[in-house]
Amino acid sequence: MSAPQGLEARARSFLAQPWVGPLVALVSVYVLFAVLTPETFLRGIALETMARHTVVVALCAVGMTLVIVQGGIDLSVGSVVALVTVVTASAARAGHGPLVAALAGMAAGALCGALNGALVATLKITPFIVTLGTMSGLRGLAKGLADEQKIDADARGLDGLMMSDEASVLPVPPGVFIALAAAVAGAVLLAFSRFGRHVVATGSSPATARLSGISIPRVTFLTYALAGLMAGVAGVMEFSTLTVGDPTDSLGLELEVIAAVVIGGGSLFGGQGSVAGSLLGAMLMTVIATGATHLGIANWIQEILTGAIIVVAVTVDRWRHVA
Amino acid sequence: MSGDAEATQVGPPLLVARGVAKSFGATAALRDGTFCVRAGEVHALMGENGAGKSTLLGVLAGLHRADAGVIELEGRPFAPRSAADARAAGIAIVPQEPALCDHLTVVENITLGVEPTRAGFVRAQEARAVAKRALAPLGVDVDLTRLGAALAPAERQVVCIARALAQSIVKVLILDEPTSSLTHAEADPVLEAVRTLAASGVCVLYVSHTLGEVVRVASTFTVLRNGETVKSGSMSGVGVSELTELLLGHSVEARARAERALGPTVLSAKDVAGARLPAGVSFELSKGEILGVFGLMGSGRTELVRALFGLDRALRGEVRIGGAPPTAATPARRLSERVGMLSEDRKSEGLALAMSVADNVTLSRLEPVSRFGFVSTAAQAAATQRLIEQLSIRCSGPEAPASSLSGGNQQKVALARLLHHDVDVLLLDEPTRGIDIGSRELIYDLAVELAARGKSILWISSQPAELLGVCDRVAVMRRGVLGAPRPARELDERALLAEAAS
Repeated sequence: MSAPQGLEARARSFLAQPWVGPLVALVSVYVLFAVLTPETFLRGIALETMARHTVVVALCAVGMTLVIVQGGIDLSVGSVVALVTVVTASAARAGHGPLVAALAGMAAGALCGALNGALVATLKITPFIVTLGTMSGLRGLAKGLADEQKIDADARGLDGLMMSDEASVLPVPPGVFIALAAAVAGAVLLAFSRFGRHVVATGSSPATARLSGISIPRVTFLTYALAGLMAGVAGVMEFSTLTVGDPTDSLGLELEVIAAVVIGGGSLFGGQGSVAGSLLGAMLMTVIATGATHLGIANWIQEILTGAIIVVAVTVDRWRHVA
Repeated sequence: MSGDAEATQVGPPLLVARGVAKSFGATAALRDGTFCVRAGEVHALMGENGAGKSTLLGVLAGLHRADAGVIELEGRPFAPRSAADARAAGIAIVPQEPALCDHLTVVENITLGVEPTRAGFVRAQEARAVAKRALAPLGVDVDLTRLGAALAPAERQVVCIARALAQSIVKVLILDEPTSSLTHAEADPVLEAVRTLAASGVCVLYVSHTLGEVVRVASTFTVLRNGETVKSGSMSGVGVSELTELLLGHSVEARARAERALGPTVLSAKDVAGARLPAGVSFELSKGEILGVFGLMGSGRTELVRALFGLDRALRGEVRIGGAPPTAATPARRLSERVGMLSEDRKSEGLALAMSVADNVTLSRLEPVSRFGFVSTAAQAAATQRLIEQLSIRCSGPEAPASSLSGGNQQKVALARLLHHDVDVLLLDEPTRGIDIGSRELIYDLAVELAARGKSILWISSQPAELLGVCDRVAVMRRGVLGAPRPARELDERALLAEAAS
């Protein structure tokens, strides 16, 4: 019953990796735009801009990957990010230093995630409904905290997170490295830790997980809490870009994040998905948006394009698995 | 009960139960559960639905607490308070549905929940060793790096058993219907693994409805009926017919079918071929005939039924219903031609489990229970109640969710839909898979009665005995091709198996 371990088998198992499809798509799309607009796409500055634009979605996508692999979904990320910008701005305005403000924002994100996790784990209501509720509730909370207006605050250096130091050898903002580090941590957690194994098992077959003595409520709670923490980090980055706390920010962000995970090979049925794939999915969407803008393609066409790519990506992924 | 098991076996008893009783409310589910098993033996535990088998298993596995009776494990009193308690004492259970994570590898599945770790990270080498150790006593070679989704049904079952062995130190392993989702041929490696496991010193409590299999795998047995042990002893010299009598409490007369003249052809298939299977099948089904199709897994028997019914697209060939010109098949058209199909996959295709019995029965034909386009629940319930009585479906009523019924009764509900639809041709794919003998007997009788009333049945099965007992003619399907049908009385099991495997 053992499989051949030849070169062909290795090639096959490589091609079966969930992130291969999005990687091929990303490279092809990039090459296409490089040919069409070489003056922008072949310059390092374009790369830097795109990396910066991807940071918030990518950070959220790391958390969302865990949630989707676990068999859930989190519609509240957009609201959490907005709430985090408000909390961070409030802390900064209250006179706290950058570290305290950032930690306050991240803690707020983790708390929101813990709330989602606790509700999903104890109420036995589908995560779609639970997070649809918290999406609205947390958005309301953000508006309440901010008195329904933007909170101006001295960014106290936090704005530097998303700014590139032109003088440096590598003019990339620190936020990009933070996102990369978070992605590596998430990927390692999912692939090699005991907790990650239990996340996959819960999403793949809850019955098997329960039978094997895994506490599903515990895994569920921790998964959403971690996703919340990631949204918290993303919120701090968003504040760094905006330099204000904006309770109406990031409307519809959850759809972009879910799209990134799905393009990256995540399955909404659970058990399947990878952080690398989700990251590639997020970058793919940024590249298309940037390229389309450079080519002067209207925004509405870009949105249709993005929608088409989501459907095509999932169709191709299904086809690859059947073949 | 007779105590000859203790006389013929060697070694001290490992697990002994005497007069174990358990009631749920006013219902005495188990009144006298008695048996004795030793290390290294496969002990078959048999009983019809409601005989008290699940309750006895539940007591052993720590899910229920016995009201009365004695259980001894290795000579010491044993009364587990929880599943964890029973497991710690060395009693593990592998439930009926082989639950695996499709997205995890064999190693990951076996070590799930007991992963060897360092600082929260899984130690891959050690996990591999644990999985190997768990598979070793089963004597089965499974590629440890394969994903659960890529495993054959028999391998899935073996991996589930290995997982139970990896979770704790197992002295008594309870296997609840380990082959119910497998075909005859697929079951063989699992039975082999069970025997090998027992030989390594583990005691296996083997629960199954498939008597032919039990006779082959078990060395001792216990039969429960109406909550009591009716017989317990050595399997040597005991045959299927004796077990059947013990289970039912009465003898079963062989279903000798009267030779009958068959009517005109109602369904004729000519060179029907699908994308992969079947590979060109022709046959004719007559009015009032039961035509059996015997085939092993992968022979294309299920694909044939699906192509005939229009669930899968046929690439070529033609199917005529009655005398009508051939039509392109879709399920809707077939149903309007009064051809019905029973899926082998009761859980995901045969039934809408979340819906009520009444909804399931009337699903394909709502007109007779509707008025002005609105479904009348009263009419639906009345029509369903008639079928519940006719097929003695055990349920709390037409409104009971299909998911609340036992396997055998679910299958009867799926059959009741075909009766409600009043089809003339029934395409039955493995109609008795994984159900108890009582339900099986009822389905056999029903088929014979329907045929006598002029209905025609195509009966797909991987069990030669039932085809020979029920069908007028039997044909063997092999590599996508159907052989010539021959009268059942001219065939025996050996001939069918030989032809199918050639």
